[in-house]
Amino acid sequence: MKSADVLIIGGGLMGFSTALQLAMRGTRCIVLEKDSPGRHASGVNAGGLRQLNRHPAEIPLSVAAAEMWHNIAGLVDSDCDTRFPGQIRVAENSADMLILEDRAAMVRALGFEHEEVIGAEELYRLVPALIPHCKGGLISRNDGYGRPFHALNAFRRKACSLGAEFRPSTRVDELEYNAGEWSASTPNGEFRAPLLVNCAGAWAGRIAAAIGDTAPVKPAAPMLMITERLPRFMEPVIGAASRKLSFKQMQNGTVLIGGAHMAELDFVHQTTDMNWAKLAVSARTVMALFPQLENVRVVRTWAGIEAFMPDGLPVIDTSNALPNAYHAFGFSAHGFQLSPVIGKIMSQLILDGQTEFSIESFNIERF
Amino acid sequence: MKGHYQLVIIGAGPAGMSAAALAADHGVDVALLDEQAAPGGQIYRAMESVPDQRADLLGDEYKHGRKIVSAFRDSKLDYLTNSQVWSLNSKREIGLLQEGKAHIISADQVLLANGAMERPVPFPGWTLPGVMNAGAGQILLKSHGIVPDDGVVLAGSGPLLLLLAWQYMHAGVKIKALIDLTPTRNHLRALPRLPRAILAGHYLIKGLVYKKDLKQAGISTLHNVSDLRVDGDECLASVSFRHKGRQRIIETDLLLIHFGLIPSAHLSRAAGCQYDWHRSQQCWRPQLDDWGRSSIDGILIAGDGAGIGGARTAEHAGRLAALQATHALGLIGQDERDRLARDDRKWMREELHIRPFLESFFHIPRKLLGVPDDDTIVCRCEEVTAGDIRKAVADGHSDSNQVKFLTRCGMGPCQGRQCAEAVAHIVAAAGGEKVAKGGHYRGRPPVTPLTLGQLAGLYSGEKE
Repeated sequence: MKSADVLIIGGGLMGFSTALQLAMRGTRCIVLEKDSPGRHASGVNAGGLRQLNRHPAEIPLSVAAAEMWHNIAGLVDSDCDTRFPGQIRVAENSADMLILEDRAAMVRALGFEHEEVIGAEELYRLVPALIPHCKGGLISRNDGYGRPFHALNAFRRKACSLGAEFRPSTRVDELEYNAGEWSASTPNGEFRAPLLVNCAGAWAGRIAAAIGDTAPVKPAAPMLMITERLPRFMEPVIGAASRKLSFKQMQNGTVLIGGAHMAELDFVHQTTDMNWAKLAVSARTVMALFPQLENVRVVRTWAGIEAFMPDGLPVIDTSNALPNAYHAFGFSAHGFQLSPVIGKIMSQLILDGQTEFSIESFNIERF
Repeated sequence: MKGHYQLVIIGAGPAGMSAAALAADHGVDVALLDEQAAPGGQIYRAMESVPDQRADLLGDEYKHGRKIVSAFRDSKLDYLTNSQVWSLNSKREIGLLQEGKAHIISADQVLLANGAMERPVPFPGWTLPGVMNAGAGQILLKSHGIVPDDGVVLAGSGPLLLLLAWQYMHAGVKIKALIDLTPTRNHLRALPRLPRAILAGHYLIKGLVYKKDLKQAGISTLHNVSDLRVDGDECLASVSFRHKGRQRIIETDLLLIHFGLIPSAHLSRAAGCQYDWHRSQQCWRPQLDDWGRSSIDGILIAGDGAGIGGARTAEHAGRLAALQATHALGLIGQDERDRLARDDRKWMREELHIRPFLESFFHIPRKLLGVPDDDTIVCRCEEVTAGDIRKAVADGHSDSNQVKFLTRCGMGPCQGRQCAEAVAHIVAAAGGEKVAKGGHYRGRPPVTPLTLGQLAGLYSGEKE
């Protein structure tokens, strides 16, 4: 039997970010992970650091997270291979342009300035490789991307250096709450703590149920593909106003293409089959914007298992059912950028009983 | 080409050809996909076009392939040449590339007969131009009669090295040195397996004859060699090694290396077939029953892709798998399947007598597999060194996939074919998971690169 102040279930970014913030305030945590660190969503996501086009409820968190990412080395002793060349949603026609202008107005009305409409001239100054007919775009100039697995490692290392304990290959089979203490049974023994945090990603629904909360987590596996290395032809991350696309040239010259198309997932065996028909749609989308890439080779495709919520918003809340349990999961394929601030929010919830951020929209009672 | 077949066979070597002929004769609707322009696979490559003189040079075992090729040619099936398979999934959907265009076809049964590859063993300088696999040397000889004209050094451990030396000798190639890295202690290791090997004595005799012929031609083999390395600036200039306590160096611009064969597994892994580590063959082998059925329903594997057994074994295993597929399709009953399998089972057992002996005689020492110098490149696509891998292990990344995530080894265009085995050994030797447990890279399609344009062309008629 091993005990600490807080048990965190899930050795992904949310778990380690929470462990890190708790450890910085002198709280002892144990992070329990059923596989290896960052094995699923945290390790294999597209690495986008995007404030652009967030749900209004997420904007304040995303803006705070962006500030943390710009100083990430100060937090985790590594720049996590981050770059900040901006993210742009491209308008291919006048109808797209109207969508983007409405969006920018909405964000401004909420009191935020980071989303800015740009015309064709500025768009082509930033992305000369883009097909010529586009009208403009919506840009968030401070956005960018990082390397998720490197970030995950940096968070893990820093949290552990401050005293957090990490247990890989330690699946939580049973949870019990007794006399003010949580007890988690695992193949590697029993772990106990007065406080429990559920950061179990696609598996968080099961943990929530064990706590007594209801959370309709839907596991799904968004497909990504990556090309061979190419000479640098583009800096910002590109999306489109009316197409499913996320497109960026990585630090090493490879091009990472996502489009929120799902693989076919066998959740029990944690395996996926690529859906080639949908990847073909992604390839056609890329070629519609960058036809010069026709003969570029796709080297690899993959799909990590992520937690999706019905409304696309995460759960960030205290438990509804039992005291001293907390949730942070269901980031619906856009959690990477939020991860630093989530740790902060969770540590505040746990240690102060409240947080400086508005998290009403992410409550667990909404289901 | 149709969109669906009862049976799709991948690979036109001995297993694929004999399976195709048998299944087609039983009325199965078969397609055989192969990346070459003509049947034969690696072992019987260029069988239909090889001049008689070169066929004699290649030996009787090679000429045995004629029978298989002609039976295959006489069968009624769709033989799709120049077809590169870039994907296979657990639903038996096959992605292939023909004349630059990508297609997806499906099958009720899939037989993977895509053979073996040479075991990549990283050593200092192995990525320099001028260092090639012995198999590549043999391909050039079989298909075009091309041999090195300025002499060659052969190095490594395994029967193919001896065979190629013998074939080169007959072709008049100057063999500067035949460097055998098999440790002498392997003789002792193999001894208990000799009695069974004698049951397949013709293979042993053949090996001894090759050795005698080479010796008579004045080509001596340097045995029990260690510390192989190659040097050169832009390309290979010399090979150096340790022999009988002395450091030696040989100048050469061509070195052919061989460290045995391992099953070619990229397609089956992409589909998600389960694998086990095989200690004696020092490789991962797919989990199969004795009909060649993999862990995935409707996917069978036969030939060297199932575990190294040689060409004759592949021929029998191909037929056994074809019988099973024919049975699964409802065209023959279980009794008939079992009856028709009897001879192939018996012959296959006899073929396999020699294997345990060969496996222990040519057991690759741990020193070669698991502990290359820190500077030695392991992943040639992403230029990841053995030192990088050990650093990742020291940082807590205890298996191949975690090391891959961190270092990018295995993430280049070859998809880890050239480094997966080596990485598993290095991780284990550095204190990570044992090879059998630490596993192999997870398969990530496409198994051969596909252009964005080719991918975009898939299902392009459909509504988006």
